[in-house]
Amino acid sequence: MNTDAQPQRLTPGPVEFNDRKAVLRVENLIKHYRIERGFFRRTTTTIRAVSDVSLTIRRGETLALVGESGCGKTTVARCIIRAHKPTGGSISFSATDDDAIDIGNLSLKDLKPIRQRMQMIFQDPFSSLNPRMTVGEIIAEPLIASGVPATEQRARVKELLQLVGMPTSAATRFPHAFSGGQRQRIGIARALAPSPALLVADEPVSALDVSVQAQIINLLLDIQDRLQLSMLFISHDLSVVRHVSDRIAVMYLGRIVEEASTETLYSRPLHPYTEALLSAVPSKDPTQRGRQLPLTGDIADPSNIPTGCAFHPRCRYATEPCRKDVPALRRAADGTAVACHRARELHLTGVGSNDRTSSYGAPLPTN
Amino acid sequence: MNQPILSVKDLSVQFRLLEGTTRAVEQLSLDLFPGKCLAVVGESGSGKSVTARTILRILDRNAHVTSGEILLDPDTPNELDLMRLPSTGRRIRAIRGQRIALIFQEPMASLSMHYTVGNQLMEAVRIHSGVPRDIAFAKAVTLLVEVGIPNPAARMSAFPFQLSGGLRQRVGIALALAGEPDILIADEPTTALDVTTQAQVLNLLRKLQKERNLSLLLITHDLGVVAEMANEVLVMYLGRAVETGSVERVFASPQHPYTRALMRSMPRIDATPRERLATIGGAVPHPSNRPAGCPFHPRCEEKIDGLCSSSIPQPVRRGHNEASCFLVQETG
Repeated sequence: MNTDAQPQRLTPGPVEFNDRKAVLRVENLIKHYRIERGFFRRTTTTIRAVSDVSLTIRRGETLALVGESGCGKTTVARCIIRAHKPTGGSISFSATDDDAIDIGNLSLKDLKPIRQRMQMIFQDPFSSLNPRMTVGEIIAEPLIASGVPATEQRARVKELLQLVGMPTSAATRFPHAFSGGQRQRIGIARALAPSPALLVADEPVSALDVSVQAQIINLLLDIQDRLQLSMLFISHDLSVVRHVSDRIAVMYLGRIVEEASTETLYSRPLHPYTEALLSAVPSKDPTQRGRQLPLTGDIADPSNIPTGCAFHPRCRYATEPCRKDVPALRRAADGTAVACHRARELHLTGVGSNDRTSSYGAPLPTN
Repeated sequence: MNQPILSVKDLSVQFRLLEGTTRAVEQLSLDLFPGKCLAVVGESGSGKSVTARTILRILDRNAHVTSGEILLDPDTPNELDLMRLPSTGRRIRAIRGQRIALIFQEPMASLSMHYTVGNQLMEAVRIHSGVPRDIAFAKAVTLLVEVGIPNPAARMSAFPFQLSGGLRQRVGIALALAGEPDILIADEPTTALDVTTQAQVLNLLRKLQKERNLSLLLITHDLGVVAEMANEVLVMYLGRAVETGSVERVFASPQHPYTRALMRSMPRIDATPRERLATIGGAVPHPSNRPAGCPFHPRCEEKIDGLCSSSIPQPVRRGHNEASCFLVQETG
């Protein structure tokens, strides 16, 4: 329990952006999918995958988007790279410091040069690489698309392979010759090829073995330090997120319910859903097993979102107002934001970074 | 300690492929005790799933068990070596489901899309006990209640694709319980699930284990799940057991360099910002390219030149743990 868990400067009203160097600024993003049935293609159901999401990524920063499957985090990523056209809201992207462009409504032709500055890393390294192309061709493809002369391509491919810790001889081989971790490195090299300003990584390590996962996490951190990349990191694994992210936005049923710096979110969660997510992570210490999980049931159907706070049917702190009114996302001056009627009064349990030292016999890495 | 309910002794399994022979499991022994949970931990290619499938005798045709015994109720008058039974015979089929049941990683693999949940559960109940339809229906509803599915009577007529991943896994567990088994093999039962749903399913397995006195063989790559569930741990690498012992001992003082490295490379929820993880160099080799000597030596930071690359370390007893490593000194 934390006694100082309440933010003191909560103010209602629209989300404010006062930061100087935002690479990406998403405001009030909405994405609805219509399910059409019958001869006249009448809309029978609307799936509100994303309703009103705002987020900002600053230069060199990693923002993690976390939540259960079905919460809309992948939809947000797809709208940002404009694989899907948003239903509403704006997405402004600025690759360099001065030219912010709203990419939410751009035509495909106008999108092309911008897409090179934002690249995606996929979850499954087996299905995201073309098996008929050599690794060199895969990495060179975005270079060809951006008009890099053929003479420079080979040198650049070599440089990228070295950057991701692969032998340069890999360029002439096909993806099937490589393990999952090596393929994910190739995918990262491809994403880095057009010198992007923003990387969107959708669960980039969840398909990998534990020992390989650690290598890829370190690689992403190292590359980010070297290239000053901004990153949107989507994951449901809160242990992984703790290592890679500077700030975290927690999503539930298409809305952001809490946003805070990584340290703050883990030590002093303000939303009951964040508390539940943190408590659900296995403790990795056999002497601490069997804690009671403060969360029951499943995430609701996004075509039939509960009234009031969408989380109230699963929330153990829910009261009458939670069933009626949708809580607004209130932002404090320090950037912390929470959408909960009871955020001021609740004292939620986080994960201490000091009181829980490692219980393993093995020595911990010192850096 | 009391008698194990299931004992695997010196099991070796090979796959004969066009490219050559792959040794998937080598000289593996394990004991599962009644009412306890044994976790088999390993990365992909470690042979943990092959072990589970060998126990149930549901391996593919190109698999060959070159040695080993799988003893059910060892050292009792009912002792039965499953390896001696024909894999398609009546006797092994009676053991599958009624003594040993399997829970899959992706429950859709064990459920048909074309039949309702109720239909499939009733089929399982009737195959195992031969009761009439109305009794089977009541039994199926009871099973759904037991695995914590809300509104079970309505769910009986639902198709598996209409359920969420968590509910589907609960149906998969209900299906496994239909034959009243006393041994449950769970192959990565929560890997496909969200962390919240994972916690719910683990709680359910723990509850069932207590209520039905089930023995659980839990196959996983996630040391967090092991810490939550296991009494005993068996760490596998490339088809071999590298370390075994009680969960407390293995987590408190891992003996094998692989176990230690695996624990260090786990992301931690109490990490400092941008903290790098300790890594194990390289990747798990394909089982068909097994290194000579200790299978872990090419990735081991503590390997002894000349020794680890030439001979295979045998298990060394250290307290209640066992580790297969030349560095481990035997103690009482």
